[in-house]
Amino acid sequence: MDQFKERKYSVGIIVLAVALILLVRLFYLQVIDTSYKLSAENNSKRIDFEYPARGLIYDRNNALLVYNQPSYDLMIAPYELKPFDSLELCNILKISPQRLREGIRNSYQKRRDPFVRQLSPETYAVLQEKLYKFPGFYVKARTLRKYEDEIAAHLLGYVGEVDDANIASDPYYSLGDYIGISGIEKSYEKYLRGEKGQSVYLVDVHSRIMGAYQGGRFDRNARVGQNIICTIDAGLQKYGEKLMKNYKGSVVGIEPSTGEVLVLISSPDYNPSLLIGRQRTVNYILLQQDTLEPLFNRPLMANYPPGSTFKTVNGLIALQEKVITPDTKFYCDLGYYYGRIKVACHDHQSPLNFPQAVQNSCNAYFCNVFRNIIEDSKFNSVTEAYNNWRNHVLSFGFGNRLNSDFTNELPGFIAPSSYYDKYYGKNGWKFLTIISLAIGQGELLITPLQMANMTAIIANHGYYYTPHVVKEIQGQNSIDRRFTEKRFTTIDSAVFDPVIEGMDLAVNGGAGSTAYWARLKDIIICGKTGTAENPHGEDHSLFIAFAPRENPQIALSVVVENAGFGSSYAAPIASLLIEKYLTDTVKRTWMEKRILETNLLNKR
Amino acid sequence: MKRNINILESIDWLTIGIYLLLVIFGWINIFAVGYNDQFKNIFDLKYNYGTQLIWILASFALIFIIFILDHKVFPFFSYLLYGLSILMLVAVFLFGTEVHGAKSWFRIAGFSIQPSEFAKIGTSLALAKYLSGYNITKFTFKTFAVCSAIIGMPFFLILIQPDPGTAMVFIVFLLVLYREGLPGWILLMAAFISGLFLFSLLIDIPNIVTGLIVLALIAHYAINRRFRVFLISVLICAAIFMAAFYANQYFKLGYQKGLVVIVALTVSGLICLILALRYKIRHVLLTLTLLYGFIAIPYSVDFVFHRVLKPHQQKRVNILLGKELDPKGYGYNVNQSKIAIGSGGFSGKGFLEGTQTKFNFVPEQSTDFIFCTVGEEWGFIGTSLVILLFTGLLIRIVFIAERQRTRYVRIYAYLVVSVLFIHFAINTAMTIGLFPVIGIPLPFFSYGGSSMMAFSILLFILMRLDAVRMVYL
Repeated sequence: MDQFKERKYSVGIIVLAVALILLVRLFYLQVIDTSYKLSAENNSKRIDFEYPARGLIYDRNNALLVYNQPSYDLMIAPYELKPFDSLELCNILKISPQRLREGIRNSYQKRRDPFVRQLSPETYAVLQEKLYKFPGFYVKARTLRKYEDEIAAHLLGYVGEVDDANIASDPYYSLGDYIGISGIEKSYEKYLRGEKGQSVYLVDVHSRIMGAYQGGRFDRNARVGQNIICTIDAGLQKYGEKLMKNYKGSVVGIEPSTGEVLVLISSPDYNPSLLIGRQRTVNYILLQQDTLEPLFNRPLMANYPPGSTFKTVNGLIALQEKVITPDTKFYCDLGYYYGRIKVACHDHQSPLNFPQAVQNSCNAYFCNVFRNIIEDSKFNSVTEAYNNWRNHVLSFGFGNRLNSDFTNELPGFIAPSSYYDKYYGKNGWKFLTIISLAIGQGELLITPLQMANMTAIIANHGYYYTPHVVKEIQGQNSIDRRFTEKRFTTIDSAVFDPVIEGMDLAVNGGAGSTAYWARLKDIIICGKTGTAENPHGEDHSLFIAFAPRENPQIALSVVVENAGFGSSYAAPIASLLIEKYLTDTVKRTWMEKRILETNLLNKR
Repeated sequence: MKRNINILESIDWLTIGIYLLLVIFGWINIFAVGYNDQFKNIFDLKYNYGTQLIWILASFALIFIIFILDHKVFPFFSYLLYGLSILMLVAVFLFGTEVHGAKSWFRIAGFSIQPSEFAKIGTSLALAKYLSGYNITKFTFKTFAVCSAIIGMPFFLILIQPDPGTAMVFIVFLLVLYREGLPGWILLMAAFISGLFLFSLLIDIPNIVTGLIVLALIAHYAINRRFRVFLISVLICAAIFMAAFYANQYFKLGYQKGLVVIVALTVSGLICLILALRYKIRHVLLTLTLLYGFIAIPYSVDFVFHRVLKPHQQKRVNILLGKELDPKGYGYNVNQSKIAIGSGGFSGKGFLEGTQTKFNFVPEQSTDFIFCTVGEEWGFIGTSLVILLFTGLLIRIVFIAERQRTRYVRIYAYLVVSVLFIHFAINTAMTIGLFPVIGIPLPFFSYGGSSMMAFSILLFILMRLDAVRMVYL
């Protein structure tokens, strides 16, 4: 009767086939392909960050240097927008309607990007009262840096928004976060930033919060950044910046007994408040274009030949190698002559012993000293003697980064023997070839920081602590161990006395003292002048000093560019700073006045 | 009394068990979508789960009524019920409320009723009645025509609402006709035509036409095995086509490509016909008619697609076919639906833990996209359970159909299978991106009184009829 009965199988097969297709597809979608799980998370999970205040920065006497000011970002929650008086909002924010329209359009794509960053306090005050009129707009509080005294811009550094590289290298950061970009802000970012708090929410399709994600398992409270006490003496820093205002150059002061940096000046510098928040990018470009290069961090990055200040090091090496004694005398007839070579010297009494030679900064004496070092019969060759000399020099921290807590420190340059080999051929060079090194010129480049460290070494009779700018981190037991380790040079401590005697004489020795400008009543300053030859213009004036002679409190290096002899500007500036630091007042107002009223900024 | 006991014994409890499982699981998922902190009780009519519970209870009441009624009522009133359905569809067209651009709903006392859902019952009854008639012993063209008319009437009335999704469901009745003797080649032809429809949307029309001509030529050779004539026809066709195209280009006539193809087709077709008559080629008229019929399809599809479909419908089709990528726009529904289901994983996020469905990422989540909630909260375990339940139900009804002694019940059973199958297949397929999004509900699952009650009635009329299979002659 029913000849089509077999067709029930076709129907059954169609049903089963479709069921199988659906099952396979579902298995693929739900079990094999995991990308949908991620999409679902992105859909429904929202992380709200709570930004902690950055740690504060104090000076060594607990005076506040850097703190925070509130800042407000205006945000848009696009799905909560309702019709509002857009013109009124534009007027409050002082933006164009197009900008508003654009902001709203963008907010659908990037919901976490602020619409207007860092509202001014005035704008915020007005807006806050009327915010209820603009549903969908809300304000997010952030903090920006504020500076008590607007000093030490290079040292403190600045803060800015993270870039892609930061985000890629550290998962902590996400778009819109702030990060220290230079100075202490960068070196101690880890402590200063604190820890972001986060609340993970579930949101619905309109971005409305529907509850905590997984019962708040991933929620964290923000932890405020740790405060930092730095080693800077704010009073000294401020005074130094005032003195250096009209000069190009740098001042570095170190406490010899600890390696703590007391003062670090790069001049000309900039007002750190310029690099805060919204105007940072604009101001940064302006500063970058400034021909005086205020962004150039001279104490760490400028390389100078150390000039006569380096005679102390050569003397120490010679004494250590016993190629001279403190009583060794050399004649000087307005210079050092060797064949056709002449190294000129100024008019002074002759012959001189070692301390006197330091006092008078006699070029001829130190040419002889250096010759004794390089032509030392202990060694088989000039190269060997040179390498020995270089090892001594390197032990002072020259030629390498000191590994301080500054991130942009440069190493300077002490030529290895291979450098001369390359130019003159192996064994093709001798003492005369490198005679400039005797008086701190030639293939020698040293940063002001290294120069100050060298002064501290002399003050310490042969050792130093790696210079650093942070004294204490709140919540940490100690600062990095590399700053508390005593580092010895290759020079015995007993050898230092004649050099210190010479530096004392240079300041306080009466006739023939090169640095009499630095003399201070009641306090014995030991100093050494120097002049860094500058092929581009007027020589740079250098001065190193420490004081008092017994139990030194401060070791300084001062560089004044294009100022000529070391005694002219660098020495009085150093002397005034020492007076300020050790007695807290400056009595020699006439000297201060002379320094303040001269302007060498545009001298070349 | 005695008869009632008989009914309870002969009721197919397995089917009812599956039905209850689907209804309960469906309601649980509707509850999950609507659940929030303000939850008071499950009868809260402010939420879908509350109203759906009412609909479920109403369906149970209707089922009870169906069982109280004499089983003879259904065959007897089949045409009347069909007529009533048609009347309702006409009425809704005149007095209905427009929702989402379609006049598909009556609003009575705060409730919405969708006559098109109930029209499936009337159409099924009428088809069963007609096909089981004593005079229908062989499937003739007349039978086919009457059936087409019975299906076609509600189809067009729903199509012009316009609700093409629901209208499409009626096409599935062809499956029943096949079971009842519709020649298999018609089904094959239907499949071929469907494929052609699909290709028409995907490929440029001239390419399809070329393909069809090649097919026709191959068929022509396969039937007649006369290589020389075959070669001559190929050469003639190629020559005429090339001539037509070059003429159009060379003389800068500027006719559309489609028109040129038509001209070339007509000319080459005529020449081939003359040639065929001259060489006494068999079936040439059939081949040519089919060829021209098929060639008409892409053109009509093109016409319908661009002139009849609304832009958003065009977009949906395009996205499904992979011609457009637009995750935030028209493809949003499917994308979010896939995310919800995909994120459920193997075992799901757990009851009431679904974020995608609960937080409105998926649109229409308690009606057309209820399957998403299953996928998200119950995972692959839940979705495969639903698939298996439906498959089990369908196979079971096929089994029930085949044990009937009367053609009427058997045909009706197959109609139930068809309707349930098409809803189940299209609804689940669209949520996982295998089919365009057309708004048809998942039977027994989706939120909505009309569909809940209509599907329950549809199924339980069969249960009622099946329960008396022993006594019915």
